[in-house]
Amino acid sequence: MFDFSIITEWIHGLLISFLPLGVATFIECVVIGGCLMLLYAMIAIVMIFMERKVCAAFQCRLGPVRVGPWGTLQVFGDVFKMLTKEIVTIRHADKFLYNLAPYIVILASLLSFACLPFNRGMEVLDFNVGVFFMMAASSIGVVGILLAGWSSNNKFSLIGAMRSGAQMISYELSISLSILTIVVLTDTMQFSEIVERQADGWFLFKGHLPALVAFVIYLIAGNAEVNRGPFDLPEAESELTAGYHTEYSGMHFGLFYVAEFVNLFIVSGVAATIFLGGWMPLHIPGWEGFNAVMDWIPGFVWFFGKAFFVVGLLMWIKWTFPRLRVDQILTLEWKYLVPIGLVNLLLMVIVVVFKLHF
Amino acid sequence: MEITLETIVFAVLALFTTVNAVLAVTTRRILRAATYLLFVLFGTAGIYFQLNYSFLGAVQLLIYAGGITVLYVFSILLTSSEGDMAKHLKGYKLVAGLIATCLGLGVCLYITLRHDFLPSHFEHGELSVRTIGHALMSSGKFGYVLPFEVISLLLLACIVGGILIARKR
Repeated sequence: MFDFSIITEWIHGLLISFLPLGVATFIECVVIGGCLMLLYAMIAIVMIFMERKVCAAFQCRLGPVRVGPWGTLQVFGDVFKMLTKEIVTIRHADKFLYNLAPYIVILASLLSFACLPFNRGMEVLDFNVGVFFMMAASSIGVVGILLAGWSSNNKFSLIGAMRSGAQMISYELSISLSILTIVVLTDTMQFSEIVERQADGWFLFKGHLPALVAFVIYLIAGNAEVNRGPFDLPEAESELTAGYHTEYSGMHFGLFYVAEFVNLFIVSGVAATIFLGGWMPLHIPGWEGFNAVMDWIPGFVWFFGKAFFVVGLLMWIKWTFPRLRVDQILTLEWKYLVPIGLVNLLLMVIVVVFKLHF
Repeated sequence: MEITLETIVFAVLALFTTVNAVLAVTTRRILRAATYLLFVLFGTAGIYFQLNYSFLGAVQLLIYAGGITVLYVFSILLTSSEGDMAKHLKGYKLVAGLIATCLGLGVCLYITLRHDFLPSHFEHGELSVRTIGHALMSSGKFGYVLPFEVISLLLLACIVGGILIARKR
């Protein structure tokens, strides 16, 4: 199995051979940050292209086909268009908060993005409390959305931001409960450790019934958490124009847009990591030959394959179901998902205590 | 004293926290004050991460930055209108504020300067979550089960009180 830490350790050794440790560490941090942002942008572009193609397929259209082969250059064109557009400043608005808000959203998204383990030895932030830190980092994004809605000085933006805030805060609960269910099964919160424990079967199979329920809850809540799918009423075009980012133009709008898509990828990546084994290949205990063949496929292929599979599931949900009303969304969360999640957590504790899992 | 990377990181974090703390109390717009408060909390979380207390840092981000600040911002959005500015303090209020500030600064400085710090003896390495969990839920010496339960009771009382206020018919 390919171990990425060979490369990082080689670079580290090279740097400290002619630099003091502090400077070397600093350079490494800057380089890793740059790589992360590059990967972030690449994933955003891939996700936007995928969204347009999937959406087209569900609506019996072709989607972008004219720019480049199969329309692959369309998104690059859109990005350059976005970069050259004017950033309109609003009169009578709090300009400091107005300009700050997109960056808070991006910061939260980038911090939680850095927690994802892409390959063996290729995890950037790998704390003991990794899962917990990921949830903490992603919860900052709500502040950015609320600030964006308020500082736009526009009642539609404000209502959109309030709805979005209420929805994200509510669904964070379900996400945490379903992740906690898996943490009970693994007794660790470190992402790399969670992946290692799935060497003899992914948690979706090892935890059978409670893990499956947690997975379904996670998918529903994850879709709501990134303001998509049937839960995209924060930006319900027919009633609120574009929700909290109505007044944003140019790259400031682009940042919200990119953050939304990468947040979808992060939700899917976390689902892939804690339920589907992350970069761990499909292993079936006892089938040694099969496992050896699976090990030939590098880990990041597994990770991105699984993550994009979950992205596909979420897009399928988004383009299939009609939008819910705000009271229906909150009812679904507080009256159904949270109680089911709590009971499911209890069930998982019983399963773990009596060793009913595989 | 040699300058290491840790010293520089600490200096940057400390400067960031202090500047934002001052800005949070001097700004006249309440939502800006909440935003600066958010940055102060980020800075504090950064110092926890530098000390390798990643659990405490994550809790700081989740509870304070992601929870309490959001609550503040929510209540500001619901209650204040655009263009609300705090008035400049005048007369005896200004004097009282200055006295209170100087007293607070004096107490903090006195304690900080008189306190002889123990040599740092925390282990350089993260505490495992298992240890933290056992400490939180154990009833023996250094166990926190009583405060833990008392806080959960307090929170329950808060929820019930909130519902009572919100649904008075």
